Amino acid sequence: MATLPPTLSSRKRDWIPYAKIALWIALLAPAFILLDRILLLGQFSGGNFVDDPVELIQHWTGNTALILLLLGLAVTPMRRLLGWNWMIRFRRLFGLFAFFYATMHVVSWFVFDHQLALGPIFKDVLERNWILVGMMSWLLLIPLAVTSTVGWIRRLGGKKWNRLHQLVYPIAILGVLHFLWQTKLLERDPVLYTVALVILLAVRRWIRRK
Amino acid sequence: MPTNNHPHPSEVTPESIYMNRRSFIRRASVASIGGSLIAGGVWARHKNAPRVEGTSDDELTPWETVTGYNNFYEFGTGKGDPKENAQDFKTDPWSIEVSGEVSEKRTFSFEELVDGLTVEERIYRMRCVEGWSMVVPWNGFMLKDLIEHLGPTEDANYVEFTTLMDRTQMPGQNSPVLPWPYVEALRLDEAMHPLTIMVTGVYGKKLPPQNGAPIRMIVPWKYGFKGAKSIVKIRFTKRQPRTTWNEAIPREYGFYANVNPEVDHPRWSQASERRLGEFFRRDSLMFNGYDEVAPLYEGMDLSRNY
Ligand code: HEM
Repeated sequence: MATLPPTLSSRKRDWIPYAKIALWIALLAPAFILLDRILLLGQFSGGNFVDDPVELIQHWTGNTALILLLLGLAVTPMRRLLGWNWMIRFRRLFGLFAFFYATMHVVSWFVFDHQLALGPIFKDVLERNWILVGMMSWLLLIPLAVTSTVGWIRRLGGKKWNRLHQLVYPIAILGVLHFLWQTKLLERDPVLYTVALVILLAVRRWIRRK
Repeated sequence: MPTNNHPHPSEVTPESIYMNRRSFIRRASVASIGGSLIAGGVWARHKNAPRVEGTSDDELTPWETVTGYNNFYEFGTGKGDPKENAQDFKTDPWSIEVSGEVSEKRTFSFEELVDGLTVEERIYRMRCVEGWSMVVPWNGFMLKDLIEHLGPTEDANYVEFTTLMDRTQMPGQNSPVLPWPYVEALRLDEAMHPLTIMVTGVYGKKLPPQNGAPIRMIVPWKYGFKGAKSIVKIRFTKRQPRTTWNEAIPREYGFYANVNPEVDHPRWSQASERRLGEFFRRDSLMFNGYDEVAPLYEGMDLSRNY
């Protein structure tokens, strides 16, 4: 970094703080749209009347979390293949918001489906594969969210931290499996996620071999 | 608005009230999850809403949800797809072929078939196998009356209903999600039960295409998928017919499909359900609360005959 002419270096990254603000807004947008649709009958986002608000909450937050996880996984391939090194600056936000939406998703299930009754919650988790893998996916996200700060990177050291954050791969696999296992028939969306995930994993292997 | 809690079934609330009520319901539900956002006035009106006769807290599901949130895979697998894709569906002229173990074996026009049968309003709970439910004011006649007209033979033990097969009008049939056409069936005694109706309308209006126009079956103590829609064939049989969901995934969908909180679906519990529009689940009822059908299944193991 020191070898770069200072003017060039700073000019090159000038836009990053703005992009970060834009990204924050973009990543919060799904939450606002959801609130608007449910509390204000879609006055701002123009959605239709919501027949089943809880279903909407769960589908909306589940899909958002999974998409953000996959976007997070796409960062490294983009850097390597397209040379978009700046993308690394945004990866943490993808991850944190994936956790944010996954947590809304899970909490809505705790509250609306089970009214926080622990017995039925455990029963469901143990009896149903698709809930079990969803739960594993969410539980594994917790340590990653906790250790996402600079302080924790320092405390763990880059190597350990990296190894821990490799967990994002099983997390995404479990998330996709969670969706695949819950549908009655082979539906389009879970298949699309599966394809995206397989491509990302394949690209990763290919990059590693090179 | 009616102020008593048990309106006569024919007391159809004007649609304008339903249309307004949807927002009351929503606001009331929101209030019930903890916000005291709404003044007491809404609650008062909420409480005076029409109720299902004989039950204490079943409130009609708004027209918009009844006709906008549908499982009708012939028009797509999304809940909003049928409303979107069924608008140009042609239901006139419509004919229905009656065949099998029956004396009146021929093709009827829709008018011919329903002519002379008494249409009444029935407010029924509708419980979907997926774990959600509605309360719907159907207009229809007892299937029993129709069957008596048609005169099944001694050998008729089952009645089978087939939905229209028409790939151009029903785009969902181009997708192999289910073995088309959709077929459902009942045991003859189930079909003859006075609760079983053939539906031609909802909310006092002609049945919209997304709800199975021009004619569908409703069996309120069974999961919703038993209610075949847009029926073009009625066949009386000696042996139990093959039915679509049962054929597609036998482990998950049985022939009987009686609402039963004690028999879980392999992927979810059937002990509770979410009434559309509400946030919390409520307990599901055996036979969807229509206990009078219990004698039909006396001596049967309902966990095996799910
Ligand atoms: C304890 C953990 C979890 C539980 C109990 C849970 C529960 C659920 C429930 C009840 C549904 C709705 C099913 C339906 O309406 O048919 C659902 C859907 C979904 N969940 Fe989860 N989930 C969990 C974790 C996760 C996580 C961590 C992710 C993402 C990484 C996720 C992604 C999804 C997706 C994508 C859907 C499908 C939405 C759709 O149908 O469009 N879930 N989950």
